[in-house]
Amino acid sequence: MAGIVRYGSYVPYFRLSRAAIGGGKGERAAASYDEDSVSMAVEAARDAVRGASGVDTLLFATTSPPYAEKLNAAMLQAALDLPHSVRSLELGASSRMGLGALLLGADVAAAGGRALVCAGDVVVGAPGGARESQGGDAAVAFITGVDENAIARFVGRASATTEVLDVWRLPEDRFAKQWEERFGAQILAPVVNDTARRALEAAKVEPTELTTVIIDSENARTTAGLPGYLHLKPEQLADPLTTSVGRSGAAHAGLLLARALDQANAGDRILVLAVGDGCDATVLEVTEGIDAARPVHSVDRWIEAKRGDLPYNAYLKWRGILPFEPPRRPDPDRPAAPPMARAGTWKHAFIGSRCEACGTGHLPPQRVCVKCMAVDQMKPEPYADTACRIATYTFDHLAYSMQPPVVAAIVDFEGGGRFRCELTDVDTEEVEIGNELEMTFRRLYTGEGVHNYFWKARPRR
Amino acid sequence: MSSNGIRDRVAIVGMGCTAFGELWDKGADDLLVDSATEAYQSAQLDPERVDAYWLGTMGSGSSGLMLSEALKIPYKPVSRVENMCATGSEALRNAAYAVACGAYDLVMAIGVEKLKDSGYSGLVSGQPPSDGTAPSMTAPANFSLLAPAYAKKYGVDEDTLKQVLTRIAWKNHRNGAKNSKAQYRKEVSMERIAASPKVAGMLGIFDCSGVSDGSAAAILCRAEDAHRYTDHPIFIKALSFVAGPAEGYFSEDYDFTTFPEVCVSVEDAYKQAGVTNPREEISMAEVHDCFTPTELVLMEDMGFSPRGQGWKDVLDGRFDGDGPQPINPDGGLKSFGHPIGASGLRMMYEMWLQLRGEAGERQIPEPQLGLTHNLGGAPGRCVSFVSIVGK
Repeated sequence: MAGIVRYGSYVPYFRLSRAAIGGGKGERAAASYDEDSVSMAVEAARDAVRGASGVDTLLFATTSPPYAEKLNAAMLQAALDLPHSVRSLELGASSRMGLGALLLGADVAAAGGRALVCAGDVVVGAPGGARESQGGDAAVAFITGVDENAIARFVGRASATTEVLDVWRLPEDRFAKQWEERFGAQILAPVVNDTARRALEAAKVEPTELTTVIIDSENARTTAGLPGYLHLKPEQLADPLTTSVGRSGAAHAGLLLARALDQANAGDRILVLAVGDGCDATVLEVTEGIDAARPVHSVDRWIEAKRGDLPYNAYLKWRGILPFEPPRRPDPDRPAAPPMARAGTWKHAFIGSRCEACGTGHLPPQRVCVKCMAVDQMKPEPYADTACRIATYTFDHLAYSMQPPVVAAIVDFEGGGRFRCELTDVDTEEVEIGNELEMTFRRLYTGEGVHNYFWKARPRR
Repeated sequence: MSSNGIRDRVAIVGMGCTAFGELWDKGADDLLVDSATEAYQSAQLDPERVDAYWLGTMGSGSSGLMLSEALKIPYKPVSRVENMCATGSEALRNAAYAVACGAYDLVMAIGVEKLKDSGYSGLVSGQPPSDGTAPSMTAPANFSLLAPAYAKKYGVDEDTLKQVLTRIAWKNHRNGAKNSKAQYRKEVSMERIAASPKVAGMLGIFDCSGVSDGSAAAILCRAEDAHRYTDHPIFIKALSFVAGPAEGYFSEDYDFTTFPEVCVSVEDAYKQAGVTNPREEISMAEVHDCFTPTELVLMEDMGFSPRGQGWKDVLDGRFDGDGPQPINPDGGLKSFGHPIGASGLRMMYEMWLQLRGEAGERQIPEPQLGLTHNLGGAPGRCVSFVSIVGK
């Protein structure tokens, strides 16, 4: 039976408090200026991919694709150094596609394959509106397979498709629109209830047997009646993370599932349901394998490691909504396609080289060893997951940045290797020689319409 | 490294140097005409007698045509050279070798930079298309990396180190105040320097060299011909140049408290010139004080101070204009300004004035040997030039 083999999640470091926007309880997660749906999905997937092999299919769901045309999933393949033979598919247009992708991953598993399913979203709303306030940014990743060691198995599911004008956005628009919520609810609520019922019947699971119920909808009114319809107790309902993360679009149902898995025990049954122009629902049964496969970062660990004082104007600047005075420095050049292609696994997967003659590590990879001058005696050396420390550092107030100063450091890697790189998600007063760092995949900037993805270092989270 | 050197085989017989600064009314071609004209006059020379030219500019133009067109040089060899911030010295070095080997009798090395037309802050240089992985660090950020590393290695607390850096800037401003060609000709109080707005790390605006326009030129000939052009030539005792393998960017052995490239080039230069005790034998030096921590580290790399002791010598005033071993008596990059391609020749211009006793109120009493040091790049990845000159 198809199941989830590994998973990982990611919630960005910054929080925008609703008080800073003008009212409301709690805060929303905000992707930093150097993050997008792809970079966050890479961060989530790193935890899932670690220790799992044999992925043959890559699925990516987002409603905030960094490129409208060009396969964003290809960057996931490159950053995660997945095999070139991997099949990739991208889903979008509705936040339901996060769960849709997971169910497609279950299909891949059922057909004997192994899928990495990623979902990430940067949820942007018009200033002053509900989506800005209630939205959040996050990513999640699952590996599906028929593995005996699956940590949760798909035991039943159901879907529905409904044409209705509830939430929509034109390709050229920044912000989504919504019809009167009550109208959408009238059309979709019966669909939601029916889909949930069918999924439970397929799983042969009674509502009372559910440990956790995850309900996610763009229009909350569509699911307001579901708990009553299924006679659920309040403790069965998963915390929707409204006050700590906000609704993270295509990632959200998966993020809540990841959190449920973080806390699950063998035998737990979880209903996951997502709504948007129809409904998807699935029932998962947690196995004995859960304890051995928990990711390094739980959802709650990401939520707790945060910085909560992001000013509203910085947030608007990061999202490109608020014009700002540019630094008196040239705009960054767009990266060029042939050098990017040549840089291959270095640029995307942070794979350097190690001299086979003398063992010296090199970042970026070199043909000639800096110590022994041996030529072409290098083997690839992955550094993305290698612990590293600050050798020396600076705060650059002059360099171009969406959040000056640029924090830059000379970083030394355990086992040998040095790199000069930018730090991110860092508080300047906490930077010291010797501090431990870890690498994180980022979108450094966008120059002349080309996104420049590469790696930065951040304090361990 | 090994080198044979050209000790006492080449003389400088004429020099020119424009004022440095924000010269809104002059283009690079104007600056070249100004410094070349002054150099010709200084050697009492008809321009037609110069056989060949070396032009240094980092990015204000390209090819020898930039110079031949500006000066209307009639069909003669003009080489354009570039070696980042050591570009001016590189022009001088190549010109000197051309004379030493006998290829030409009389040559000019000239450097120029026009930085203030870009409209940007700091130094801007166009880069070839890239993969976008290089960190976006500015020059002050790169050199500011020296400060915390030095403080940590030698147990100097941050406040003391800030005092040391401030004193270097204060000293160079004080020297520049006595120099009518300097970009900044005012003394600046230590309080004001220390409180200046942060640019990178520990560095404030006053820890950074001036971004400026300017040009400088030298005329060189074989030593035996020198007195045909001037009664007071100066003679090249050593020229050394090193490009590093960027080891500091790769290897954790490099600790950001020294420039290995400088150590190698200065050792080579001392050997060529027969200098064994630089702290005593070098009367004065123009060093590459692009940012204050650079000058501090250079004092140790040059052997002017023992390792880890340079900061004490700075505080003791050893390197002041009227101290026992004046460093950057003309104000240095800090105060004279740093038009990249011209800077190496501007350093030599100060040696020219000092050794001839023409440095006016900043004249150092009876200098014997002078050293110029010019650096390009950043800690961990740089080129280094050292010259030693004397009478």
